Amino acid sequence: MSDTTQLLKTPLHALHVELGGKMVEFAGYSMPVQYPLGVLGEHKHTRAKAGLFDVSHMGQLRIDGTDAAEKLETLTTGDLQVLTPGRMRYTLFTNETGGILDDLMVTNAGDHLFVVVNAACKSADLAHMEAVLGGQMTELSDRALLALQGPSAEAVLSALAPEAAELTFMRSAAMTIDGAECFVTRSGYTGEDGYEISVPAEAAEAFARKLVSHPDVEVIGLGARDSLRLEAGLCLYGHDIDTGTTPVEGALEWAISKRRKAEGGFPGADIILDQLTNGAARRRVGLRPEGRAPAREGTDIADANGTLIGHVTSGGFGPTVEGPIAMGYVTIDHAGEGTEINLMIRGKPNPAKVVALPFVTQSYKR
Amino acid sequence: MSTTKYTEDHEWIRVEDGVGTVGITNHAQEQLGDIVFVEVPDVGRTLSKGDDAAVVESVKAASEVYAPVSGEVTEANAALADTPQTVNEDATGAGWLYKIKLSDPSQLDDLMDEDAYKAHAGA
Repeated sequence: MSDTTQLLKTPLHALHVELGGKMVEFAGYSMPVQYPLGVLGEHKHTRAKAGLFDVSHMGQLRIDGTDAAEKLETLTTGDLQVLTPGRMRYTLFTNETGGILDDLMVTNAGDHLFVVVNAACKSADLAHMEAVLGGQMTELSDRALLALQGPSAEAVLSALAPEAAELTFMRSAAMTIDGAECFVTRSGYTGEDGYEISVPAEAAEAFARKLVSHPDVEVIGLGARDSLRLEAGLCLYGHDIDTGTTPVEGALEWAISKRRKAEGGFPGADIILDQLTNGAARRRVGLRPEGRAPAREGTDIADANGTLIGHVTSGGFGPTVEGPIAMGYVTIDHAGEGTEINLMIRGKPNPAKVVALPFVTQSYKR
Repeated sequence: MSTTKYTEDHEWIRVEDGVGTVGITNHAQEQLGDIVFVEVPDVGRTLSKGDDAAVVESVKAASEVYAPVSGEVTEANAALADTPQTVNEDATGAGWLYKIKLSDPSQLDDLMDEDAYKAHAGA
C-alpha cells in the first residue's frame, strides 16, 4: 500500500470519504474506487439513471492566443482550426515514431482553447505543450471536473442550468450554476449521454452535493468508470494505447481529421499516414469470450493452432453485457469480426470471438 | 464435531471426519466486492498446501484462492458457475468452493482459530 498521506486530493475528497468511498491511489491522487453501492450497482445505475464522477485528477488547461489551435495542431492529429466556438474534438498527442503520448479533448471555448488531458500524463503533457505554446498555456489547477453521465443527466443538470438541455453531443458552453462560473461540455467516458462540468474548486463540493441530492443520481467510483468505458469500447491510456501503439493500430483513424490526413504536420505523420494507406500489422479489436471467465489485461491471445497473435489490453466483466468482455491487439489477419481466437487464461485456451466495438449501444444526444 | 480454521490469505476451512470444506471469509468477499466469476478445482485433483486452488473474480480483479492444507479434492461447488454472487451473499455457507480430504491433518495446527483470524483481519 502506498502512503496515503503523500497523495494529492481533489476538492471533493472530504465528500468521497463522507459518502463511504473506498479510497485508493490513482495517478498520484487519492480517489474513490467504489462506494457502498458497489461496482456492479454503480455501473448499472449509471446506465439506468445518472452517475456522478469526480474526474478532478485530470488535467484542465486553457490556451490563449489567436494562433492557439494552429500551434496545438503541430502536436496532435486533429483539425483544431476548424472548430468553431462551442465545438470540441477528441484527439491524440503523437510522437516521432507514430506512438501515442496521450489522448485528449480540445474545445473551442470562444476566446481560448479548453483542453483536458489524462491525470497520469498531465506533467509530461504540460512539458510537451510548453515547448510549443510557452506562456500561452495555463493549467487550471484551481478547478474541479465533474462528470454527470446517464439517461437522467440532462434532466438533472438542466434543472440547475436550463442551457444544458440545449447542448448536443460534443458541444460546450459556459454557464453560471448557483453563482459559480462553470464550463460545461456534453461529453463523457461511459457511452451514455451526459456532461463534464468544469467548476471552480471552492464551489465544487456544494455543486456535487446538489447533484447527489437528486434521487436519480448516485456517486460512482473508478471501478465502474472503467467497466463503463470498456463496454463503450473507449480506450484507457497506458493500457489500450501508449507510446508503442499508433493511432492506426489502435483503430483510432477517426481521430485523425481529414485535413490532417492530407497535410500531415504532426509528429510521426510519415509513419501514421503510411499505415493509413497500407495498413498496420496489428489492430485493436473487441473480444467476446464464449465462457464466463474474464480475460484480464496481459492475457495472451492465440490462434486455433496455439500460435501467439496478441494480448489483451483491457478486460473484465461487463455488467450491462452480463458477461466477460475485453479489448486487445491481434495480428491484422485475425482482426476481422467473427474471427475465432483463444484467450490463454491461467494457461488454458478459452474460446472467444473478435467482435465490433462498442459492446453496448452508445446513447449520445446528437 | 467440526473445527473451523483460517488462513492469513482469508480462506476458511471447516473440517469434519477428515474432510475440509474450503471457502473465502466474509471479510474477503467484502474486500473483493461484487463477485462475477468463480473457478473451482476439478474433483480428484491433488493439492499441496499453498497451491492455487480456485479463482474468485470481482468486476475489478481476479484473486487466487490458495489451498489451506494438502489433500485431494472430493467435491466442488459447481453451482457457483451460474451464481457466483452466492460467495458475496453467504461466503461461509452456500458460497463454499470445494471439499478436500486432508492428507496431513496436522497442517491444521498452523492455521488460525476464529479469534486469531478476527484480529488478523482487523474485524
